Amino acid sequence: MNLTLKIWRQPDAVSAGAMHTYQLADVSPDMSFLEMLDVLNEQLNDQGEDPIAFDSDCREGICGMCGLMINGDAHGPEVTTTCQLHMRSFTDGETITIEPWRSDAFPVIKDLVVDRGAFDRIIQAGGYVSVNTGSAPEAHSVPVPKDDADRAFNVATCIGCGACVAACPNGSASLFMGAKVTHLGLLPQGQPERDERVVNMVAQHDHEGFGGCTNIGACTAACPKEIPLDVISQLNKDLRIAIKHGH
Amino acid sequence: MPDTVTAAEASPSGSLDGDYDDAAGYYTPGTPLVDGKAPEGPIADRWQNRKFEARLVNPANRRKLSIIIVGTGLAGASAAATLGEAGYNVKTFCYQDSPRRAHSIAAQGGINAAKNYKEDGDSVHRLFYDTVKGGDYRSRESNVYRLAEVSTNIIDQCVAQGVPFAREYGGLLDNRSFGGVQVSRTFYARGQTGQQLLIGAYQALERQIAAGTVSMFTRHEMLELIVADGKARGIIARDMVTGEVQTHLADVVVLASGGYGNVFYLSTNAMGSNVTAAWRAHRKGAYMANPCYTQIHPTCIPVSGSHQSKLTLMSESLRNDGRIWVPKNQADCDKDPRDIAEEDRDYYLERIYPSFGNLVPRDIASRAAKNVCDEGRGVGPEVDGVRRGVYLDFADAIERLGRDAVANKYGNLFDMYARITGEDPYSVPMRIYPAVHYVMGGLWVDYDLQSTIPGLFVTGEANFSDHGANRLGASALMQGLADGYFVLPHTIRDYLADGPFEAIGEDHPAVVEARTSVTERIEHFLTVNGTRSVDSYHRELGNIMWEYCGMERTETGLKKAIDLIRGLRDDFYRNVKVLGTNESLNQSLEKAGRVADFIELGELMCIDALNRRESCGGHFRGESQTEDGEALRHDDEFAYVSAWEWAGLDERPVLHKEDLSYTAIEMKQRSYK
Repeated sequence: MNLTLKIWRQPDAVSAGAMHTYQLADVSPDMSFLEMLDVLNEQLNDQGEDPIAFDSDCREGICGMCGLMINGDAHGPEVTTTCQLHMRSFTDGETITIEPWRSDAFPVIKDLVVDRGAFDRIIQAGGYVSVNTGSAPEAHSVPVPKDDADRAFNVATCIGCGACVAACPNGSASLFMGAKVTHLGLLPQGQPERDERVVNMVAQHDHEGFGGCTNIGACTAACPKEIPLDVISQLNKDLRIAIKHGH
Repeated sequence: MPDTVTAAEASPSGSLDGDYDDAAGYYTPGTPLVDGKAPEGPIADRWQNRKFEARLVNPANRRKLSIIIVGTGLAGASAAATLGEAGYNVKTFCYQDSPRRAHSIAAQGGINAAKNYKEDGDSVHRLFYDTVKGGDYRSRESNVYRLAEVSTNIIDQCVAQGVPFAREYGGLLDNRSFGGVQVSRTFYARGQTGQQLLIGAYQALERQIAAGTVSMFTRHEMLELIVADGKARGIIARDMVTGEVQTHLADVVVLASGGYGNVFYLSTNAMGSNVTAAWRAHRKGAYMANPCYTQIHPTCIPVSGSHQSKLTLMSESLRNDGRIWVPKNQADCDKDPRDIAEEDRDYYLERIYPSFGNLVPRDIASRAAKNVCDEGRGVGPEVDGVRRGVYLDFADAIERLGRDAVANKYGNLFDMYARITGEDPYSVPMRIYPAVHYVMGGLWVDYDLQSTIPGLFVTGEANFSDHGANRLGASALMQGLADGYFVLPHTIRDYLADGPFEAIGEDHPAVVEARTSVTERIEHFLTVNGTRSVDSYHRELGNIMWEYCGMERTETGLKKAIDLIRGLRDDFYRNVKVLGTNESLNQSLEKAGRVADFIELGELMCIDALNRRESCGGHFRGESQTEDGEALRHDDEFAYVSAWEWAGLDERPVLHKEDLSYTAIEMKQRSYK
């Protein structure tokens, strides 16, 4: 395939960025989207032009490091991560527009690389169970109903890639937060800190500059792990109850 | 020199019990190495005794002691969280944008623990036995026993953190059997166990970061170890965003920086996984043990073209129901597999190993696949003139169990395969091929997980100690968490009890030397201005390693590889092309440093493989096989850990041997016929 690529280039966090156009020939449909960018980068390197910076690590769809806006969609046209998107999803002669995640809370570091440290700080605010090493009770001492465990697992599969934020017109991280609050809220181990957790995480979320949720649902549509929208309802419910409890 | 090296006489150069030594011209024999910290006595008491003997550090003094941890995967994050909550000052570093990205996250299958919840005969001793045997008697029995012993605590810890393991309807934890083991001891969270365990450790780490006991440095890479007055005292790290070269000093350094499978270029490792932290420590005096031990995993999706950047593993559980075959006749290799008649198919594993069939161990399945492809009977696209793939066929299973039952068991794997290859595995047989997955070699550590440099501890995949020549399924996650949560925190306190340590300043000669070496290296890469990209060198190195130091090695091949690698290294330093500057994010510059280290490691791996004139685990030396072509160990000559000391560039490395002795288990040859 032959492609025209319009790619956001920005030398660093403080400089202005702009779209640049590149031509790329002989793209195989079996390439992943990131392998296509690897090939472009080899071409740029040969020509003496600075290769395009982009994040990726496991390239198996699980680490959450990669993430691009492709033709305006977070992770591109399919429900998957950018590393698991393959060039067979595009057609010969197509023009593809590639931009970094769009969010004020995810500032651009260079080209297509953004800073998602805000997600870690939201987890720091309460996205854990306070258990010290070595003091855990026997695992079988606390049974968990299978349905709860299964559902907790389903929402715990969030990879923290940030597609939900990038897709949201408000730049809200409610799906990310809702997934964690729901995961820990479904388990007996998560109950003691449940109220405090949701209040602190939401406060940190707002502090980081993420927007409010207006239930548009673009987040869940873009989520490569198909985290359901109702985790946001759970988030709101937990928040309401926590406030009622005086938090 | 630490006291673990004895003063015994070095064996005379070039002689090995009177036999010809292939590697004689490539290394210098060194003094034997003894792990002085392994306690004596009954194996079941050793860890308890060591814990009791390890000195304590008063809580008020812990605040005054500082620890650097490099790498925040299962081993690093769990160690950082534990040591932070114990009250030490902890600084952690990772090259990713968040500790949640560490490659432990990609492990699929599960984590073993000797809980015996199924009452099927499991025990700490049996887990220990299976692990030593599975490692082909090339791991240390004291370490492996400890691993089995603390395995049960790991599950308790993770459950308490909220890790959503699979459960039964009664609410209790479910287990499955995994990797050919006859008891159900594997705990799992669907096919994403590594992710859930890592997120648990990550959350524990983030909790400590919020509490202020741990400082986290993301997008930072350790580029040099500081060894001052004989002790590890800090690191030089580069801030990958600003290019700032930073000095971080501490009382002790822990490397939890993972494995180096990316030396092969194509592997199942994450793109950023590298050897630099370990290799820079090796160059500063830490011995590298068993570097040639690489696990080749049999069920990966084959390479589709020369653009390929990495390989994707598919759970080995597929071999429970899939049948592996290739065409009998080369002429059929490009046909649609559905058009190849039953009598024209070679179910080679079922043919050669009738009692285990498609469930033979990983190394045997891998080598058999390579052999049939080398014979020219591989399937799938030709890459560089060879078809490297064999069929993993579910047609029989679908007929026997029905499509729905197969989809229930393997649906997510089938979807993943379809996404990557564009083929529907329900109607066309899958194609698989072996790939590099995990390294059992790593920095040498004693029973306390301390390297040959005092004050440098090494955990998880970065050390060598627990897996021997093979790693069993579901044991890597176990080791990472055992080291980080339950072993290191006890052994490191014995070292820290010697504190407070004399403060060193940034003007200490060791600091200045380490900083200068880093800045000069960066400067060099940016000014070579050659013609070849970093990736092209990496790919070439990978080809050499896979061809000559992969599943099958021979004396001739390894010697050729060493020559090729030396030539490649020369060319790399003269002709690499790295654009951009140091002062901003520069991914080519990052890769250049890593590839430079991979090239040096690759040479050592070949020398180690040359020295090990036996076949063990997945390490098949062509010269050492039974009449049937099976791996043949030589326990009389090679029941040792090879621990290599850096002697300088273009100098022969020094080989220190640590003899392996077994008191609680008897060494046996494997047979899967």
